[in-house]
Amino acid sequence: MSQVQPECSPSVVPAAHSKEKMPPYTNYHAQRSYPMPDEPFCTELNAEQRALKEKEKGSWTQLTHDEKVALYRLQFHETFAEMNRRSNEWKTVMGCVFFFFGFTALMIWWQRIYVFPKKPVTLTDEWKAQQLQRILDMKGNPVQGLASRWDYEKKEWKK
Amino acid sequence: LSSEIARWGLLAKRLRFHIVGAFAVSLGVAAFLKFAVAKPGKKAYADFYRNYDSMKDFEKMKKAGIFQSAK
Repeated sequence: MSQVQPECSPSVVPAAHSKEKMPPYTNYHAQRSYPMPDEPFCTELNAEQRALKEKEKGSWTQLTHDEKVALYRLQFHETFAEMNRRSNEWKTVMGCVFFFFGFTALMIWWQRIYVFPKKPVTLTDEWKAQQLQRILDMKGNPVQGLASRWDYEKKEWKK
Repeated sequence: LSSEIARWGLLAKRLRFHIVGAFAVSLGVAAFLKFAVAKPGKKAYADFYRNYDSMKDFEKMKKAGIFQSAK
């Protein structure tokens, strides 16, 4: 993934319409699962930054705190905390998911009214009632299942 | 630093937590199933068959007309 380096060379102004050079694109992309890319974030260093890189080649105990932070910022775009910050993207995603659920529901409803053919005779209410009566007569699952929920004396479902 | 990390016993801690937990959860689930599913199920069958008269049941079914070989 290519990224423009906005803060790398602090003297470069956003160069969309000016005659100055654009900051370079790099292949720097860090993510939680790949936190240390091969290339550094800033590849075009000004004189000050180059001097700092030279100093980095010596003993690190000689670097001040600010210099260490500056070197970090040259190498990496964001800290771990910044890189791993949470976002509100999930709300957008869930919203779109539910929206499409609803849209699909409307489509299916329309299809049920205007597209589906007539129900076969075995799915009409009459036929289903006769089927249920036959199952109860046969005492299907009389111990814990369907027929156990039917009251044979009062001819109704048990409460 | 690496010597400090070595003394943390991280894997051992994690394994102990999970092994003990797995035992506890499976025993708990087994107990729950025994008392919520197996016991009532056996009782339901026992109650059903205690005073079950199969001939009377057969006559009722015959009267309802579901048999083809016994009218």
